[in-house]
Amino acid sequence: MSIFSLTLRRDLLLVIREPAQGMAVLAFFVMAASLFPIGVGPESALLRRIAPGIIWVAALLAVLLGLPRLFEADFLDGTLEQMVVGPVSLGLLVLGKIVAHWLSTGVPIVLLSPLLAIQFSLDRDSLLVMVGSLLPGTLLLSLIGAIGSALTLGLRNSGVLVTVLVLPLYVPVLVFGAGALEADLAGMDAAAHLYLLVALLALALFFAPWVTAAALRIALE
Amino acid sequence: MFQLNVRGLSCQRAENILFSGISFALEGGAWLHVKGRNGAGKSTLLRTLAGLVRPASGVVTFSGRLGPAVRRVLCGHQAAVKRELSAEENLRVGIPGDSPASAAQVQAALTKVGLGKAASVPARYLSEGQKRRLVLARLLLQCADLWLLDEPVNGLDSDGVELLGLFLREHLANGGAAVVTSHQPLPVAVGKSLAL
Repeated sequence: MSIFSLTLRRDLLLVIREPAQGMAVLAFFVMAASLFPIGVGPESALLRRIAPGIIWVAALLAVLLGLPRLFEADFLDGTLEQMVVGPVSLGLLVLGKIVAHWLSTGVPIVLLSPLLAIQFSLDRDSLLVMVGSLLPGTLLLSLIGAIGSALTLGLRNSGVLVTVLVLPLYVPVLVFGAGALEADLAGMDAAAHLYLLVALLALALFFAPWVTAAALRIALE
Repeated sequence: MFQLNVRGLSCQRAENILFSGISFALEGGAWLHVKGRNGAGKSTLLRTLAGLVRPASGVVTFSGRLGPAVRRVLCGHQAAVKRELSAEENLRVGIPGDSPASAAQVQAALTKVGLGKAASVPARYLSEGQKRRLVLARLLLQCADLWLLDEPVNGLDSDGVELLGLFLREHLANGGAAVVTSHQPLPVAVGKSLAL
C-alpha cells in the first residue's frame, strides 16, 4: 500500500478512537452559525442575504479550530520524528494526513451545512451551490492550514500564531466560496466562482504538502 | 555490508558550538558508544546522523553516498507510541512507512520483548518500561542497517537491559551497525567509543 493511503488510514483510525475533539469542532460550527439567526431575528430576506458569509466564516473558523490536531499530537509523542526519519516521501505522507484531517473535519462540516441552510431559509438550488463550494473549499482550508500548523509547531501560543498566519491566506477561499453562494442567491451563475475555487485547490494540492513537509523538517531540527 | 563515515562534523545550537571536528568510521557489525556529560550534544549527534539536524560543517556519508542509502532508525527520548492504539496496532500502523510486518511477525516481536499478553491493551495503559519494550519490538521489525539509540536503557528493568543487549548482539552479528549513547555500560562486547 502506498504511504498516502497508509497514513490516511492511520489518522482516520486515530480519529475514530478519540472522536471527542472532532465532535467539538463540529459542535462549534453548528452553534456559531446558529447564533446569527437567533441574534438577528427571523426575517428570512435578511437571513438569506447574510447566509453565505456567515456559513462560510463559521466553516473557516471551525477548520482553524481543528488545525492543532493535525501535527501536534504526533509532534509531542515523537511519532512525527519517526515519520521524518523514515524512508518515505514526507510530502505524500503529509498529504495523507491533510486528507484525513479533511475527511474528519471538512466533510462532516459539509454534511452538516444543510442543517444551517434551513435556518437561513435557503432553497434547494442554493443549498447545492453551498455544498458544492464547501466541499473543495474545506479541503483548501485544510491544505493551507497545514502549512501554518507546521510552521508554528512546538511554539508556545501556537494557536494564536497559527490564526494570525493563516487567516490572511484564507481570504481568497472565503471570497470565492461565499461569492459562489452569493452569486447564486442574486440569480447569477455561480460557476465562475466555483472554477476559481477548484483552480486554487489544484494549486494548493500540488504545493501545500511539500511546503508543509519542509516546514516540519525545520520544526524538528 | 555498509559503512558509515563521519568527517569533521560540527554542530551548532543557537550561538554555541556543541561539538566540532568529530570524525569516525563505522562498518557493519560494529557499534559506537557515545559518551559525554549532560548537554555535550550526544542526542544532537544522533539526530544529525539520522538526518534531522543539519550539521554546521562536515559530512556524513553512508557507503560513500550522502543520501538515505541505508535504512536507519532513531530511538529518541520519546517512545513514539500512540496512546489511542493497542500495542499491536502501534507496531503495525503506528508509524506509516515502517516496513510492513505480518500479524505473525508482530506477535512474535511482542512475545520476544515480553508483551505477548499485552498485545491488545491500549498503549495508554502501558507503563513507561513497557513502552520502552514496545520500542524494542519496533526496532526488531524495522530491519534497519543502522540503529541510532539515544539512552535506550532509560526506563528498562534489568531483564529489559539484557534483552536490549541480546538484540544488539543479534543486530551486529547480522551485519548491522549501531551508535548508542548511554551513561551505563551495555551488555554487549565493548565497541568503539567516542567522547564528546
